[in-house]
Amino acid sequence: MFKFFEPNKIFLINSKVTKYVLFLFIIVLSIGLLEALVLSPEDYKQSHSVRIMYVHVPAAWISIGIFSSIAFLSMGVFIFKNKNLSLISKSLAPSGFIFNIVALVTGAIWGIPTWGTWWAWDARITSMVILLLFYLIYLLSWRIFDNNDKAIKITSIIAIFGVINVPIIKFSVDWWTTLHQPSSINILSKTSIHSSMLIPLAIMTAAFALFSLLIFLMKYNTELIKIKNKGLDRL
Amino acid sequence: MYGKKVKLRILFISLLLLIISLTVFLILKSLEENVVYFKSPTEIKTLNEIQSKKIRVGGMVKKKSVVIKSNEINFVITDLKSEINVTYSGSVPNLFTEGKGVVAEGFLKDRNYLVATKILAKHDENYMPPEVKEALGDK
Repeated sequence: MFKFFEPNKIFLINSKVTKYVLFLFIIVLSIGLLEALVLSPEDYKQSHSVRIMYVHVPAAWISIGIFSSIAFLSMGVFIFKNKNLSLISKSLAPSGFIFNIVALVTGAIWGIPTWGTWWAWDARITSMVILLLFYLIYLLSWRIFDNNDKAIKITSIIAIFGVINVPIIKFSVDWWTTLHQPSSINILSKTSIHSSMLIPLAIMTAAFALFSLLIFLMKYNTELIKIKNKGLDRL
Repeated sequence: MYGKKVKLRILFISLLLLIISLTVFLILKSLEENVVYFKSPTEIKTLNEIQSKKIRVGGMVKKKSVVIKSNEINFVITDLKSEINVTYSGSVPNLFTEGKGVVAEGFLKDRNYLVATKILAKHDENYMPPEVKEALGDK
């Protein structure tokens, strides 16, 4: 089942794919920024500060998405004893961590002109801070434990525990009263973002996803080189 | 297709997740009072006792209720069921308008009156260009 994850093969494919991903990322980001900063209209209420949303929302989505992926991969590590999956999760984590910080910082910047405060300890923001702490402890434990087997075990446990926080983030705005507004994009009900604002949001999400993929591929290759240098054929 | 060990591990993970979820659920349920960011005017009405602690009340600014005096602003927060009067001296955020969301932080004098020390505007989930808003407003 996991033949596909043969490190040597992946290394060769990765090295080729990285260039194309970078190229694609630059194109999508340029279109996204043009749409978000120039072509899209201002909001009837927030005027131009709505443009912060085009960075804030994709960053939040991707940081949550990456953490969920790490958690599922970690479950795979535990269930199938496949160590390569933990290498993938390890390589995914840095961009998710960075996007989590981006989401919090842009949210604070947006909060000043709209809410009148840059920070509120409401359920949404607090749960995002908890996610950031989980990312932090996850990344730290990869560095702290020299013994690879031990690091794999501990990081997997952290990710599996942390995934409980993901639905809390998602539904915090529905379960409790929060200063943060509820989701505008819903699968079941009508979307409350006008289409002229939805398009730049979608393009920026694609751009950020490509950026994460790029960082992931680079980090993953670095990890593979590290393993090779240690004189190990496989994990 | 998979061995017995794999199946046991899947069971283990499922149970572990169930335990953590239930624990977190119970903790959050018991802390609900502190997890909510603000209370609605209706909840204020049903309070057993008025505490001298700071409290946040949220809802909609009632239309035509904002009265601005020299250095004081008075308005009514409503959740369409109950209402509460708010007094505040200081500057309000730009997005503070009648008919929109607001969170007032301050001290309750009684169940109908709050002296606010901070006013926050609550933004809703609607995003649209001004032209669309105008077109909607004309209807």
